[in-house]
Order: sequence, then structure tokens, then C-alpha cells
Amino acid sequence: MSLIAQLPVLPIIIPLVAAPLTLLLPKPRLPWVWASVVAWVTFAACAWLLATVASTGMISYHLGDWAPPLGIEYRVDLANALVLFLVSGVAALVFAFSYHSVRAEVDAAQTPLFYGAMLICLTGLLGVTITGDAFNVFVFLEISSLSTYALVAMGARRDRRALTAAFNYLVMGTIGATFFVIGIGLLYQATGTLNMADLHERLIGQDNRMVQAGFAFIVVGIGLKLAMFPLHLWLPNAYTYAPSAVSAFLAATATKVAVYVLIRFFFSVFNFDFAFIGAAFTYVLLPLGIAGMFIASLAAVFQDDVKRLLAYSSVGQIGYMLLGLSFATVEGLTASLVHVFNHALMKGALFMAVACVVLRAGSHSINAFAGLGKRMPVTTWAIILSGLSLIGVPLTVGFVSKWYLLDAAFSSGHGYSGFLIVASSLIALLYVGRLAEVMLLREPPSEGKYAFPAKEAPLAMLIPMWVLVIANIYFGIRTDLTGGIAQRAAEALMLTAGGAP
Amino acid sequence: MIAPELAIPLALGVPIAGFVAIWLLDKQPNLREAATLVTGGALLALVISVFAAVSGGARPEFTLVEVIDGLPIAFSVEPLGALFALIASGLWLVNSVYSIGYMRGGNEKHQTRFYMSFAVAISAAMGVAFAANLFTLFVFYEVLTLSTFPLVTHKGDANARHGGRVYLGVLMATSIGLLLPAIVWTFVITGTTDFALGGIMADHREAVGPIAGLLLGLYAFGVGKAALMPVHPWLPNAMVAPTPVSAFLHAVAVVKAGVFSILKIAVYIFGVDFLRDTGAATPFMWIAAGSILLASAIAMHKDNLKARLAYSTVSQLSYVTLGAMLATQMGVMGGAMQIAAHALGKITLFMCAGAIYVAHHKTQVSELRGLGRVMPFTFGAFFIGAVSIIGLPPMAGSWPKFFLMLGAADRGELIIIAALMVSSILNIVYLLSIPVQAFLKAKPGAAHDFEGAWYDGPRFDAGVEGPVKPRKPGVAEAPLACLLPIGVTAAGSLILFFFMGALYDFLTPLMGAG
Amino acid sequence: MENWIEFVLERYNYWIVITLMMTGLYIVYARGNLVKKVVGLNLFQTSVFIFYITMGKIAGGTAPIYIGGELDHAGESHGNGQAGEKSLEREGHGEENLHDAPEGAPASSGDLHGGTDAPQGGDALHAKVENLPANDLKDALKGVDPGQGAEAGEGLHALPHAEAAKISNEALKSAGKTFPEKGFEVEGALHQAGDAANAMDGAHSALGEVIYSNPLPHVLILTAIVVGVATTAVGLALAVRIREAYGTIEEDELESMDNVAEFGDAAEARAI
Repeated sequence: MSLIAQLPVLPIIIPLVAAPLTLLLPKPRLPWVWASVVAWVTFAACAWLLATVASTGMISYHLGDWAPPLGIEYRVDLANALVLFLVSGVAALVFAFSYHSVRAEVDAAQTPLFYGAMLICLTGLLGVTITGDAFNVFVFLEISSLSTYALVAMGARRDRRALTAAFNYLVMGTIGATFFVIGIGLLYQATGTLNMADLHERLIGQDNRMVQAGFAFIVVGIGLKLAMFPLHLWLPNAYTYAPSAVSAFLAATATKVAVYVLIRFFFSVFNFDFAFIGAAFTYVLLPLGIAGMFIASLAAVFQDDVKRLLAYSSVGQIGYMLLGLSFATVEGLTASLVHVFNHALMKGALFMAVACVVLRAGSHSINAFAGLGKRMPVTTWAIILSGLSLIGVPLTVGFVSKWYLLDAAFSSGHGYSGFLIVASSLIALLYVGRLAEVMLLREPPSEGKYAFPAKEAPLAMLIPMWVLVIANIYFGIRTDLTGGIAQRAAEALMLTAGGAP
Repeated sequence: MIAPELAIPLALGVPIAGFVAIWLLDKQPNLREAATLVTGGALLALVISVFAAVSGGARPEFTLVEVIDGLPIAFSVEPLGALFALIASGLWLVNSVYSIGYMRGGNEKHQTRFYMSFAVAISAAMGVAFAANLFTLFVFYEVLTLSTFPLVTHKGDANARHGGRVYLGVLMATSIGLLLPAIVWTFVITGTTDFALGGIMADHREAVGPIAGLLLGLYAFGVGKAALMPVHPWLPNAMVAPTPVSAFLHAVAVVKAGVFSILKIAVYIFGVDFLRDTGAATPFMWIAAGSILLASAIAMHKDNLKARLAYSTVSQLSYVTLGAMLATQMGVMGGAMQIAAHALGKITLFMCAGAIYVAHHKTQVSELRGLGRVMPFTFGAFFIGAVSIIGLPPMAGSWPKFFLMLGAADRGELIIIAALMVSSILNIVYLLSIPVQAFLKAKPGAAHDFEGAWYDGPRFDAGVEGPVKPRKPGVAEAPLACLLPIGVTAAGSLILFFFMGALYDFLTPLMGAG
Repeated sequence: MENWIEFVLERYNYWIVITLMMTGLYIVYARGNLVKKVVGLNLFQTSVFIFYITMGKIAGGTAPIYIGGELDHAGESHGNGQAGEKSLEREGHGEENLHDAPEGAPASSGDLHGGTDAPQGGDALHAKVENLPANDLKDALKGVDPGQGAEAGEGLHALPHAEAAKISNEALKSAGKTFPEKGFEVEGALHQAGDAANAMDGAHSALGEVIYSNPLPHVLILTAIVVGVATTAVGLALAVRIREAYGTIEEDELESMDNVAEFGDAAEARAI
């Protein structure tokens, strides 16, 4: 058995096996080095996987060599190869980035645990993405969630509210996961299978109450995990009080993976003959997406804590993804996938920049950002560039997302939502503008709680952050990887789901 | 002479190289300013070579990168773009000389940042001018907005912050909120955003027909830089910026990029015939006419010199919009000429206002009485600029008004002609009164009362006290670096009057298919 | 009326599931004490466990453990099935294997298909059984493979898989009368299907086979229990840490303490 034949399982096995080893390594530096190396190797495997899938088509891997309908299948097509690439890429950068930030924000005794939990979380996220087995999704979802609860709670050293945030997240997340597993159970009852491809085939023509209930449970369950608008309440606190490196990692990956799961269930498990799906698009995803875009973005404008501001903005941005999804066209799905990728780049960079500020200023209140342009110019410009990307200024990934979304809105006959999209990005202009103004046009406080010497973050943090910022611009100019692959993935997904509803 | 195909990327690249050079020369002001000037000179030479090629009938093209399928960042120069590029690069050089004088004379802070932003902005303006499709135009339009933001907020105080907020808010809100959807909508309907003579909408009449008015509205207001009322507030608010910035905004690049975009969209996206046939442009023609008159009326009540000039700009820009919305060949021609003529006239006026501020720290119109005898050169130039804006021969500004009236006559819109005439009269009232009062009225509080002494002013020179050490009795002008550019542009206004025929020939291809 | 009561009583396990689920959710929502919340969460998850177990239960079925006496008999077909397994995995529903397998199966299976009076209903039901939670251990092990070949006629197998499933669905609708409307109760529907199903059960005993409960839900729920235990552990650990940091685990007290901290910050921010 060559390594290449086992490629699809590597992204899961490597971090999973590596995670406990972090606990054995001597403390100050080695766990970080080890975790970073592992993350980069995982990234390499994922990149390889993406390249393979892009050239040869879907890969089906049978775990333990058990045949699919019964055994667990890893099924890698373009859609999840792209998400794998994204998640592992962001992870590789965040891991490399995290050393100083973690040292400042997490108890020294906990650092090996921290990196172990991060690796397990990575395993879970990659597992959710790669697996072709519905129940396996639940298992990996819980693997990632459980480690996330612990990670969020580790922010307690700086702010004890991290604990309550983690607890609330645990309650909401568990309810979400349980809903999901009920849904899976109902589907199993209706079809007798758990393999997604098999489920898909057996669900064709089935439209009874059992399947409907299963569908509803699954949508609500994943909705909780991805912070769909009214179900987002756990997210702002969790992102705000988690250690900054964790915020950066989660913001860029966790909700994205959940969005991917939603896409997978909508398009690869269910099909458009199933009447509920049309209703879910029209009466759930579309209005909730739009409501999220506006209400959460507006909430972001009034936040005095930058991490919370960004968290609310994330909820708003998830609205775009749901909106693109709800058009149920190739263009809409492409836009959704592209935005999943692009938003991860922006939010990753932004949260990393906030981590730099927290390292120096010890706070993520907006007051700490006053006059930042004079004290930490490199970080400031990272925030401004990725902030522009968030607004959707040309030559950034945000613009590419907006373009795809608008294209989808107009070509699917939802022209009005095109205007809603741009109107809500103007709200992004408000909160990014507010932040930029504070950073550039205010004088840094010379005394008091928020005064700190003008000193940049260490290079080890600046470099990964700027890699993401440059990725923000690069993928804003070259969209072969994002747009191209997303389009092919969307076409394949739409084909499976059976064309327009 | 380098190939025009190569000159296009160079015209965009040279200012960026200048940007880097200015950054590196942060600590050596003389070398830094030299870098600015060299950049300006090189840019002008490049643009002239492109301009010459275009006037010879060439349409040089250059594709930078394909961002999304069917949406490349590509450049293709046609006469209108070449004209705009020439005006922008020429005036940028002049304005750079002027800003050196102004910034040094005023001891401004953050000069390096100032020149760096300027360099990026002119590069973006070149991108707008050369854009081969709406997508490229939009990209550089936004870069232009962002790169001028630090210029507008240059002073960094509460006023500047507020002005900057309005500036960025209005321009971004309109461009993202209206222009971007309009572009995407166009792309979805026609499958392209390329500029094509005769318009790309013409082939999709059935699809566009019902929404032509809506789309045109999105474009007209989405291009916030064209300052068609009611999306003009950014322009007066941006007056908090130093004068060279105002000159840059009003004459060199920003508003010109706006009206240029409007013309370009009218001619190359909708097509003049299409606009006329569908009648989609008519409501906007009236909005433009209203904007002309309303802005003039507001200008009359502004005592702040720069605010008055700002509203004058709002009014004058609507001439271009009006030209586009008339949807006749003469209207388009008039609009294109107005871009050139107004640029020369308005930059003169702004540089004069700046010179007055540098030399005497006066900002209000009411304070200028009698100042003409202290700054005869400045106010002489101001007079020339004002005459050109008003549209009196023998100044360049008279031609566009003439063609606009021809265009209106073509459509039989007599009310538009009347509006144009009323506007000219209003212009006389609020613009020409400034130099006239400066020359003829006494300084407030001066010993002698000059009231009624018709044109005898110069004889009483000795009676006026100059606040600055006079070179000759009573005369206190701004530094030479400020005066020289003023002279150049004022002379330009005069000269262009006689070469409008050449410009007409140059722009004729614009109407070729129309 | 009697029918109605029967309908309710027959599904008593589902009522338990729903009651537990709602109780759990209510506790999570209504109780301020964090430990009680965790307990509620636990209750909520337990209801799901029961739901899954219900799913796997088959009337008259026994635990999915081999019973010695049957080993000889089934051994043959099993040996065959397992021999074919490796190659099967590669070829999916390879025809060869499917045709090979029946040779090892007793001849009576052929009789069943050839001879029953309702071949339509019988066949369809068999296909359905394969769709539903697999009915015996052999099926479970081999999935849709030889076992199916043995039971379901070859005619069905010639059809593509998806189509077969569809046909079986339709057939079931006609045979099983109320199946789709009955909603959650597939097994109930199955049993109500009456003669055909009984005939099938009879066939099973005739084969000397033992009816097993479906093992898969049990396996799944074992995993879910592990997840549930882990969640409870993390939740309780967090509660302990919260107690250390705040001195309380009552939610309203925590909230008011957090609010003070929050408003302090906000007030400072407004000052700038």
C-alpha cells in the first residue's frame, strides 16, 4: 500500500496521532514547533489532495477497506477538497502564528494541552469535511466542537468570561449536534443507510414525514453550528473571549466547515425533487441570510470590542453564504463556496491582527486601537487591507465574493437581493471605517489603561498574518483557484441534486 | 517614441515607481519633490505618446490579468480616454509644482504621505482613463477614491475627519451600492462589460428596454464622483483638504473621472442612439439641468471661497452629465469639451484660492475686497478662469456651452437652452464678482473709500497696506512655485479656445457610430 | 377509538423518546444552575439514544450475536460470502459475486421466490428489508451483497440499484397500504403489511435462521454515548472552573457579574 493510495486519510490521521504527542514534549517551545510542523504536513497533504482531485476527479477512499454502503467512506470531490485546502492552510498559518500570542494569553502549564486541542480540533474539522458518511460527520463535528469548548475556555486566564462563553457554546453546540444526530437517525430509519451517496440514491422519490422531519432536524442542527442568524448567540462571546489565536482559527474555519456540511446535505444527500428543500431555500435560508446580513452587521457597528465587532461581522457574512446557497443555482452555489473561502482569508487576517494588538496592548477594546497607525503601522495596514476586503473593495477577495454573489442574484432573478447585498456591505463600510478612523486619525493615548509603547508585534506573528493579507489580494486578482474550482464543484453538486428545483 | 501598447502599462507603473521613490526619499524633501516632478514629467511624456497614437487612429490595447472569466483588467485607449489622460497627467504635473509651493509655503505636516497618495491617485486616474471595460473602470475608480482619502483628511483634525467621513461615505456608498450592482446587472444581461462603440445594450434591446431607465439611474447616481445632485455632498465636504488637493479633486482627476465615466457609459455602454430611442435619458437630462441651476443658486450664498468654487464645480459637472443625457452627438461633444475646458478653468481658480490663502490666509469672499491690488497677478488669473467657466469668448469654456446648446437644439429642448443661459448669468454673478470686487472695492477698513471710482484702482496702490513685506509697494503675491502653474493654466484656458477645432476633430470618432 | 389507542400504545417507546427529549430541552432552557443544565443536556441526549435503539429493534428479534446451532448451516453461505467479500468491495455490486453467492444458499430460497403467491409483494418487501435496517447479521455484514442475492430475485438485480429501490417503494405502497402516511413507524407498517411479511418470517424460520435486531444503530449509539459522556465531562469541568472563577454556578448571578464588567468597558469606550 503506497502512501498515495492512502492520501485521503492522511489529513485525519496525521493531526490525530500527533495531538497526544504534544503532551509529552517539554514545555516552552517544542509543543508549538511540533504542532506547526504537523499542521504544515497536513496542509501539504490537503494541497496534494486538491491537486489530485482537480486533475483526476472524485476520490473514494474506503476506511479499513470496508465497502462503502456499510463501511465508512471518505469521499473527496472538488467542493470538499477546496474546503480541506482552506482549513488546513489557515491552520498551518495560525499554528505558526500562535506562539507569542499563546504565551501571552494562555497559562504556560496549559500550552501543550492547547496545541493538542488545536490539533484535535483540526482533525475534527478536516474529518467533517472529508467524510462521506453521515454519522461520521456527527462524530467529527463533536470531536472538533469538544476541543473547541476547551480552547475557548482557555481564554479564562485573561478574562473569566471565557468560561461562561465556553459553557454557553457547549450547551448550544451540543443541542445542535444532537438535533443533527436525530435527523440522521430519521434518515437512517427511512433508508437504512448512512453513506451519503447511498442516502442520496435512496432518498430519490421519498417525500414522507419522516424524511421531512429528518431534514428539518439536520438544518436546525447545522444552523446552530454555523451560527445561522437567529441561532448565532453563542458565537460573539465565544470568539470574543477565546484566546486570540483560537478566534483566528475558529473564525476562519469552524463556521466555514459547517456551511460546507449544509451545502453537502442540501445538494448531495437530498435532491431537488424533495419539496422541502425548495421551501427551505425560499422560506428559511433566504430570509435568514438577509436578516443576518443586516441585523448582525448593524450590531457590529455598535460594538466597542473589536473582537466582538468582528464576530458579529462573521455572523453577517455567513448571511451572504446562506443567501448564495438559497438561490439554488450554479452561480449561487459558486458564490457561496467562493465566499466561504474568501471570508476565511479576511477574517483569519483580521483576527490575527487583533491578536497582535492584544499582545502589545493587552486589550481588544476599540480604545486600544486609537492611534494604532502610529504605534503598530504594519499591523494597522494589515487590518485596513483586510477590512477593505471585508467591505468588498476591488482587487481584494471581498470584491470577488461580492461579484459572484451579485452575478448570482441578478441571473437567478433575485435582483432585489443584489441591492440588499450591496446595502449590507455598506454597513461593513461603517464598522470598518470606524475602526480605520480610530486607528489612523486619532492620537494614541499617552497615559492610562490603553497606553503602550510603540512596538510592532514579533516577526513570527507578522509574517503569517501578512501571508493571509497578501492572499486576500492575490485571490482578489487571480480567481482560478477559488472561482474556477468553486464553479466546477458547484456544477457537480447541482448535477447530483438534479438541476433547478 | 515608445510603442503605445507599452506606454499604457508604463503610464500606470511610473506613478507607482514614483510612489516608492517618494517613500524612500522621505527624509530628503528636495530629492522627494524632484521624484514627484520627474514622475509627472515622465507620465506626461508617456500620455502624450499615447495621445498622439490615438489621434493617428490607433487604439492601443493592453491586458493586465483576467480576474474572473470574462472580466479582465484590460486597457484600450480611445479618444475620450486619451483626452482625459492628457488633461489629468498635464494638470497633475502643474498641480505638483503648485503643491510643492503650497505645502512648503504652508509648512504642512506629513508631506511624504501627501505626495505618495498623490502618486497612487494619478495612477488610478490613468487606469480609469484607459479602461477597456466597466470592470476595470470600477476597479480604478475605487482605488482613486481610497487613495484620495488620506489627502482629504490630511489635516487630521475633527473637521477633516468629518469631511473625510462624508467623502468616503458618499463615494463608497454610491459606487458599491449603485454602480456595482449596475455593472453586474449589465454583465448578466449582455455577458460583457467591454466598452464598444455604439453601446453594448443595443443588441439586447428586449432585455434592457424595460429597465433601461433604472439602469441608467443606477449609473448616473452610482458614479458619485460626477456629483449629480443629490449625491454631491462629498464635494463641498472635501473642501477641508489643502488647496492642491481641492484642485486635484475638482480639476485634475476625481470629478473628471466621474463625468468621464458617465460619458463613457452613455456612449460606449448604452450608446447614444439607444438612449435617444428609448427615451431613458430624458428624466436624467432634467435632473442634470436642475442640478446645474440649483448648485449655482447655492454657490451664490456661499461666502467661503472654496465652498463657492465647490458648488460651482457641482454645477459645471452637471453640464457634462447633461451632455451625455441629451443623447445627441453634439451633446456628447459638448460634454467631452467641457471636461477639458472646465479642468483648465477650475484648476486656475483653485490655485488662485490657494495662493490667496498662502499669502494672506484669507478664505472668505467678503475678505477679498480690495485684495486685487495686492495680488494683481493672482486675481488676473482668477478673472480669466472665471470667464472661461462662465463660457464667454475668447476662453475655452465658451465652446462646450455652444455645443451643449446645439445638442439641446437638436432635441428641441428649448427649456434646456434657457437653463444653460440662466446658469451662465448666475455664474457671472457669483464668480466674476470676486475678482471685480477684489480689484474695484476698497479693503474693508481702509482709509480711503474707493466706492464709485470706476477702474481707477491702480492709482491708489499706495493707500493699501500689504500684510506681508511688499516686493513693490502694495504687492504681496504667493511664492513663485504657486504663481507659475496659475499662469500656465490660465494661459491654457485662453489657448484652448483657439485649438478647439483640433479637439473636435480628435473627438469625432466618438460620434462615429452614433 | 380502539384503533387510536392501539396507535398510541404501539408506539410507547416513541412517546418516551419525545417526553425525555422535551424534558431535557426544557431543563437546559429553564434552569439557571449550570450543573442542572448539563443534566438536562444529558437527558436530551439519552432520548436520542433510546430513539436509535428503538430503530434497531425488530419484533421477535434477538441480540445480534451468533447462536452456535445455526453456525453450520449458515457457515457455508457465510464462507462463500466472505470469500467473495474482498473482491466485492472493489467491484461494488459485481454481478458475478451476486450470482455466485446463491449457490451456497439453500435451495428453499429459490422456492420462496418462485413459489409464493404474491411474488410482487414478497420481492418488493425483501428489497425493502434491505433498504430498511438490515434484518439479520449476515445481511449486516455483507450489506447488499450475497445475502441479498440469495433472497431477492435476480430479476430485481438486473435493474440498476436506484431503480430497484424505487420500484420496491412503489410496490410497498400498494402492498403495505398505509406506509408513507404512517410516518415514523416503518416497522409498524412492515408488520401491518400482513401476509407477505408473515410469509417472509415463515421463510426465515424455515431456513432455520434467527431474527436479529439491527446491530448498526447500537453501534452508532455506542459512539454517541461516548460523545455524550465526553460532552458531560467537559460541561461539568467548565462548571467547576466557573465556580472557581466566579464563586457561583447560577446563571443569573453570572450574568449580572458579567454585565457589570461589560458595562464598565462600554462606559470607558464612550468616553473617548
